[in-house]
Amino acid sequence: MNIVVCVKQVPDTATERKLRPDDKTIDREAAEGVINEICEYAVEEALRLKEAHGGEVTVLTMGPSKATDTIRKALAMGADKAVHLVDDALHGSDGLQTSYALAQVLKKIGFDVVILGSESTDARMGTLAAMLAERLDAPQLSLANKVEIDGSTIRIQRLTDYGFDRVEASLPAVVSVVEKINEPRYPSFKGIMAAKKKPVETLSVADAEIDAAKVGLASAATEVVDFAVAPPRAAGTIVKDEGDGGVKVAEFLASKKFV
Amino acid sequence: MAVVRLLPTQEARDLLDLTRDFADKELATRVEEHERDETYPEGLFAKLGEAGLLGLPYPEEMGGGGQPYEVYLQVLEELAARWAAVAVAVSVHGLSCFPLATYGTAEQRDRWLPDMLAGKVIGGYSLSEPQAGSDAGALNCRAERVETGYRISGTKAWITHGGRADFYALFARTGEGSRGVSCFLAPGRAEGLTFGRPEQKMGLHAIPTTSAHWDGAVIDSDRLIGEEGQGLQIAFSALDSGRLGIAACATGLAQAALDVAVRYANERTQFGRKIIDHQGLGFLLADMAAAVDSARATYLDAARRRDAGLPYGRNASVAKLVCTDAAMKVTTDAVQVLGGYGYTRDFPAERYMREAKITQIFEGTNQIQRLVISRHLSR
Repeated sequence: MNIVVCVKQVPDTATERKLRPDDKTIDREAAEGVINEICEYAVEEALRLKEAHGGEVTVLTMGPSKATDTIRKALAMGADKAVHLVDDALHGSDGLQTSYALAQVLKKIGFDVVILGSESTDARMGTLAAMLAERLDAPQLSLANKVEIDGSTIRIQRLTDYGFDRVEASLPAVVSVVEKINEPRYPSFKGIMAAKKKPVETLSVADAEIDAAKVGLASAATEVVDFAVAPPRAAGTIVKDEGDGGVKVAEFLASKKFV
Repeated sequence: MAVVRLLPTQEARDLLDLTRDFADKELATRVEEHERDETYPEGLFAKLGEAGLLGLPYPEEMGGGGQPYEVYLQVLEELAARWAAVAVAVSVHGLSCFPLATYGTAEQRDRWLPDMLAGKVIGGYSLSEPQAGSDAGALNCRAERVETGYRISGTKAWITHGGRADFYALFARTGEGSRGVSCFLAPGRAEGLTFGRPEQKMGLHAIPTTSAHWDGAVIDSDRLIGEEGQGLQIAFSALDSGRLGIAACATGLAQAALDVAVRYANERTQFGRKIIDHQGLGFLLADMAAAVDSARATYLDAARRRDAGLPYGRNASVAKLVCTDAAMKVTTDAVQVLGGYGYTRDFPAERYMREAKITQIFEGTNQIQRLVISRHLSR
């Protein structure tokens, strides 16, 4: 089975993240790049599917050259090879453009299952799996906390507010996963050593037959018009209970339309 | 706060990332509970082995990680900054593999070493005896040749992982005098081998330290490592490496104490300003930071000499002395910075202080280190 797992390098959430004042895109130099946490769960699930059904796990990432750190981590966990889509023309691409670019690569390299994390900690769109599925004309099985494959049938449990849905589709398919799905393994030191020898194919926009006019900041469908640092949290209102505390709390909640 | 490290290779940087990630998730989350309740962290060493962290300084062709000491010791330091007892046991495991890896025959190595370096089996180091500590040559435990191997009789002491380990690097007497000691790769369980109750220690509570009573247990003759009579030579050469491990553990402990103290001193306000901005405390913290940095520089200097194939025995002793004294000073001062809170078990500073004390004692007391250093000077 040909399993492709999409991973993304994001600025470390433990450090201060910034937007660039010039083009209002995320400043990827300002913070250390780390693998998007939920992507580790996607890699783990891909590895488990491979262990159960055989085949090969390919890591696919779109990002600047320093995203090789993230590729190496996924390879160290046990993925077999990687494809790195890297091109200055991709800078500032929004969700729609990213899905177009990744879909072009996926059409080129082929897949039985594409696995992604449900969202990234930087853009937090959570829409890439749906967009990819649409572009690839494949069923999407989103927010999975369990994945099973039986022949050409794939079943997932989709986590919902009320429990879970059972969703079934035919392969090839696109799956997004949530944190509850598994416990990602550590990349063992042997894995780190082995990762150095695994093939990483670097693709430019032209290599992947991506129309350069359709990607990048200039042609993005969305535009960041302005941004500002979140104001520091203001001190809360302190209500002194003089026998009417309950009433005052109720009035406060009513004023905020909670009750 | 993560220490910014100078590392020689990308794989070393990835290894340190793995170590920090592992230590944050597997050690830092459990240390308080196990150290308080004095319970063994079941399954943890298997995980350390799976992650490849138990055979790092040994050659890849033997199943190790092929890492220089410069890198291996920084891994130990990161582990110790989260959980000293575990880091010490990892260092001791590495030490217990040393005789076989260095003096074993190819056949012996092929048979035992891969599982040891993969952490599938865990080792202890059994040199000390109740009456033979610093004076290791005074050991009495006997290994008497019998038809099927060696019959072991005597009492060993202060064994890290005692009763838990799967094998021990055991030193016992096959003859008289300093050339009458031999080294064995002893099994962890045998008829006629029992262990004392775990010592009630000041710190390092999660990993047992016990005595071992050998009452005529017979071990196979192919478990003799090196030649008969070569034991003390093997033991002392292993100790040079072991001292570096302890130096790194002590540095990690000191770093952890410094981090706690700095965080607290930046939050705590007295007389209208952060206590770190009072010069009395600021200078104390500066001295602590200087002690940690110089400890790290000292053990790395010794490690780089070892990696370069240069003599490093004197430097290993200097590192052990400097790093463990730094750990004692820095952890004690961390308690001082935290004041009354530092003296309570609600904060880790008091535990660090208790843990630091043993580093000045084991793997050669700091008095023995001074003896080693001064003998180098008098040559």
